[in-house]
Amino acid sequence: MGKNKLGLAAAAGLTASLALGSAYSEPVEDKLVIDGREMTTWTEAPADHPFDELISGWHYRTDETRALEADSFENPGMLYVERGEEIWNAVDGAAGKSCASCHQDASETMAGVGASYPKWNEAAGKPYNLELQINECRVEQMQAEPYKFDAPEQVALATFIKHQSLGEPVEIDLAEGDMQKWWERGKDRYYLRTGQLNMACATCHEDYNGRYIRADHLSQGNVNGFPTYRLNTGGMVSLHNRFRGCIRDTRAEFPAAFSDDLMALEVYVTWRGQGLSVETPAVRQ
Amino acid sequence: MTKPLVYAALAAVLLGTGPVTAGPVEPGNVEFAEDFTVSASLTDEAGDPAEGRKAFADRSLGNCLACHAVTEMSDQQFHGDVGPSLDGVAERYDPAFLRAIVVNAKHVFGEQTIMPGFYTLEVGVDVAEKHQGKTILSAQQVEDVVAYLTTLTD
Repeated sequence: MGKNKLGLAAAAGLTASLALGSAYSEPVEDKLVIDGREMTTWTEAPADHPFDELISGWHYRTDETRALEADSFENPGMLYVERGEEIWNAVDGAAGKSCASCHQDASETMAGVGASYPKWNEAAGKPYNLELQINECRVEQMQAEPYKFDAPEQVALATFIKHQSLGEPVEIDLAEGDMQKWWERGKDRYYLRTGQLNMACATCHEDYNGRYIRADHLSQGNVNGFPTYRLNTGGMVSLHNRFRGCIRDTRAEFPAAFSDDLMALEVYVTWRGQGLSVETPAVRQ
Repeated sequence: MTKPLVYAALAAVLLGTGPVTAGPVEPGNVEFAEDFTVSASLTDEAGDPAEGRKAFADRSLGNCLACHAVTEMSDQQFHGDVGPSLDGVAERYDPAFLRAIVVNAKHVFGEQTIMPGFYTLEVGVDVAEKHQGKTILSAQQVEDVVAYLTTLTD
């Protein structure tokens, strides 16, 4: 070959994969204050974490999008919080109960609860996220039908409950039950390359956050804002919907929502973002 | 049909098949040299830079712009910056090296590279049904993209 000898080619390849293009875009330095309360959106990572700093996806968004989340009156996700509150208070099922029948005022009883999910569920022998917990309540306590995945009521109610932890740091308990095993399984899944494009979660969100894939500014993939309002689809997006979308984009078959694979992944990625404030309903691209 | 006509028709059919061609090199048979190059074209047909330019930008084909910026392609919005700009790439690399990168960058940069292999079946797990056993680009599209890249001289 002519222009490039082996050494040069390999060195150039290395440079190509490691070094930095001119357009590298840092996450924006800014403070997120919602209703007078400052959110933790950028914080030091624990020692055993792959990152030095944890950064909320909020910092990777445009000025306009960041402003939208900061203003509770403008945040379109707040409509879903309101809808969720109606559902919270609405009687449903043969037992004639609403969520409020047992849990009363969510602003008190649910404060901080969403920040600690997913949680070990001993009876089920697996971690439960908010959606699974809601369905268990509906079936066992309310004698109502469980919500199907991504039913509008499920998304709104999960958004409302998670919102009661706004500003609280995400913190899950890995010491309970087999949570550590699920964390390990989720970690394997996080680094598993899938699909024809042969990419793992880590490929984009660990190795290339801060860069652009076409118009998408890659974030660290933290999940502290879910369910999240997405401007490009004009609605709330649940975490498992987002997981499936990402996996689909690698041109792979995606696991079912709330499957063991995705519950393990939820445990692991929630752990990765521990210490960041719950931002639900976050606003993203 | 008379006998001569049958023979004529047969001859036409036989001639129609033409000389036996090898067809494109199968994904599993692409030969990488020790210096990370693929010297031989994957097809008998020369790459078409205009077609390559289309495949480069098309989100359902190469979608190369997702990760690489090219000044020449400023008619297209949103060039990514996950990979290096490809301005002047033809000055840096010759076609055999470019072909190797497009075919399977993991053979060039190592397993960890984010760059997909565009003409390989060494892919991730759980490939969606409609993509199973298929490469992202056809052999000819690889040649077209390589031909386009060789036009990026500054």
